[in-house]
Amino acid sequence: MKFAHLIWGNLARKKLRTTLTLLSILVAFVLYGILCAVKQALIGGVALAGADRLIVRHKVSIIQLLPESYQARMEKIPGVAAAVHQTWFGGIYQDPKNFFMQSPVVPEEFMRMFPEFLLPPEQMKAWLATRTGAVVGRNTADRFQFKIGDKIPIQSPIWGQKTWEFDLVGIYDGAKKGTDTTAMFFRYDFFNESRAERGKGLVGWYAIRVKDPAQAAEVAQRVDAEFENSPAETRTEPEGAFVQGFANQMGNIALIVASILAAVFFTILLVTGSTMSQAVRERLGELGVLKAIGFTNGQLLGFVLAESCLLALLGGGLGLGLAWLFAARGDPTGGMLPLFHLSTGDLVTGVAIALGLGLLTGIFPALTAMRLHVADALRRM
Amino acid sequence: MSQPQSNGSPLVRIDGVEKYFQRGAEKIHVLAELNLTVAPGEFLALMGPSGSGKSTLLNLIGGLDRPTKGTVTVAGERIDQLSDRQLADWRARHIGFVFQLYNLIPVLNAERNVELPLLLTHLTGAQRAKHVAAALALVGLSHRAKHFPRTMSGGEQQRVGIARGIVTDPTLLLCDEPTGDLDRKAGDEILDLLGALNREQGKTIVMVTHDPHASARASRTVHLFKGQITSEAVK
Ligand SMILES: Nc1ncnc2c1ncn2[C@@H]1O[C@H](COP(=O)(O)OP(=O)(O)OP(=O)(O)O)[C@@H](O)[C@H]1O
Ligand SMILES: [Mg+2]
Repeated sequence: MKFAHLIWGNLARKKLRTTLTLLSILVAFVLYGILCAVKQALIGGVALAGADRLIVRHKVSIIQLLPESYQARMEKIPGVAAAVHQTWFGGIYQDPKNFFMQSPVVPEEFMRMFPEFLLPPEQMKAWLATRTGAVVGRNTADRFQFKIGDKIPIQSPIWGQKTWEFDLVGIYDGAKKGTDTTAMFFRYDFFNESRAERGKGLVGWYAIRVKDPAQAAEVAQRVDAEFENSPAETRTEPEGAFVQGFANQMGNIALIVASILAAVFFTILLVTGSTMSQAVRERLGELGVLKAIGFTNGQLLGFVLAESCLLALLGGGLGLGLAWLFAARGDPTGGMLPLFHLSTGDLVTGVAIALGLGLLTGIFPALTAMRLHVADALRRM
Repeated sequence: MSQPQSNGSPLVRIDGVEKYFQRGAEKIHVLAELNLTVAPGEFLALMGPSGSGKSTLLNLIGGLDRPTKGTVTVAGERIDQLSDRQLADWRARHIGFVFQLYNLIPVLNAERNVELPLLLTHLTGAQRAKHVAAALALVGLSHRAKHFPRTMSGGEQQRVGIARGIVTDPTLLLCDEPTGDLDRKAGDEILDLLGALNREQGKTIVMVTHDPHASARASRTVHLFKGQITSEAVK
């Protein structure tokens, strides 16, 4: 591109101004990248939720327990392929800030329900053979350097203050990039025997697989109807809605993220716009010289747009790069945001925003340059 | 008005040209019923008091502006009828400009400044470099090729400006007070250079100047007063 040094030279003309503008664009895009990763962490689970799974919880709240006996009744409801239960264990490993979820499950049926958890067959066999056996996800295993064969002590304030000791028999991986591999699962039979008398036979919530995802809504109604007027009425939702419900407790995250970013980008638009219009205003005479030499209006329009787009793409690219590096290091909170990552879609959107920023801030100065009457411009020199 | 005709048809023919600018409701008449021809190979000096319309006339010859009335013909082409876009292409092919304030692009070094008009041609990078080197050698600045305008004296900058003006070998070289901002010595060097270009390369030059010393170098001098040609002298 033979015009490159003309465009580059103009950008480098006021180094301090260009650097400051670049930095503000960069900061905006770092912020964009990190907010996208946070948003992904909070609501990304919705997209990963199984379309054929329903979650059944107590109608009053998720904290209220349901009878274990519901499982058999659910499996008899038309349209239900399988049902498994989970229970919030709420245990603490060494320190409350080492948070990760634990739940007692019935191993074989549970792993069938959630095929996104990949456990090697021999580890599955070991789990079935070990009453105190537990499996943890890759994320948590890496975080605490757990190895198979470790004894993991967990305090449970909910199920009796005593320390529960589990034997780590397996580490599962996620089938997809975004799959949450932070939870620890252990055997329900061991849990049920060992817990205090008052809780026996009660579980936290159920996951149901429906035979036909298209029928999910009807099946959900049937399930809730089945347990109507019983002491423990239920509320059944698609898994996506269930995850969304969690996310919604933190407010409408997407909206908050969008409004913060809108404010940031509006500011950046003003900053870059003023840089560009100044850059063109202070060289109207030079633009006149270029026109006198024979450069066309279209070429000058192109030069100014190229300059603004280069500025925005450079700042945006560096910002997105930094945000990506940051996100690639994984969850910055050490467990609160297991799905924290910058998705390719958000990266592409970021580049598109940078390009839009370049075009929008360049177009008006570029039109000024283009409409400049050459004889008038030369008088200004 | 009678013009000295060298061999056959003139290179520039200005016929019945009128030019006024509209400033609000006011019409500012700058050129009135002006006729002028420039023969190929001529070195014409345009003189006259400030505001007499010299730059306006030069702009019309160089296709930077169009007359309100009348015709401007350069090398057989009616340039007063060309569109903006056509004029830009026409200037790139036919005209080299030299300005009073040199008007180099400050962010480009000497050779990049000289190269600018060549960017509008189909020449390759290597061919452009050859032309640039030749033009810089002609103005005696080969050793300053990599230097930026702000590190050069006014006279050197103007020589770079001339190199830029002639690098495409244009039909016409138009200079608007090329020595107006230089001291006598640097000004003389520029005039020597223009004279040599005219004599040795046969370049046709139209030069606006206030300076009788400068116009003495030209082969013909035309005086403008209030937009009209009042006298001319042939050397
Ligand atoms: N674009 C314009 N709009 C309004 N008036 C103009 C414009 N261009 C030139 N003029 C007027 O036309 C007149 C002639 O201008 P021009 O620049 O041709 O004079 P000049 O002979 O070159 O003067 P100088 O020696 O000062 O350069 C001046 O009165 C000037 O103010
Ligand atoms: Mg003038």
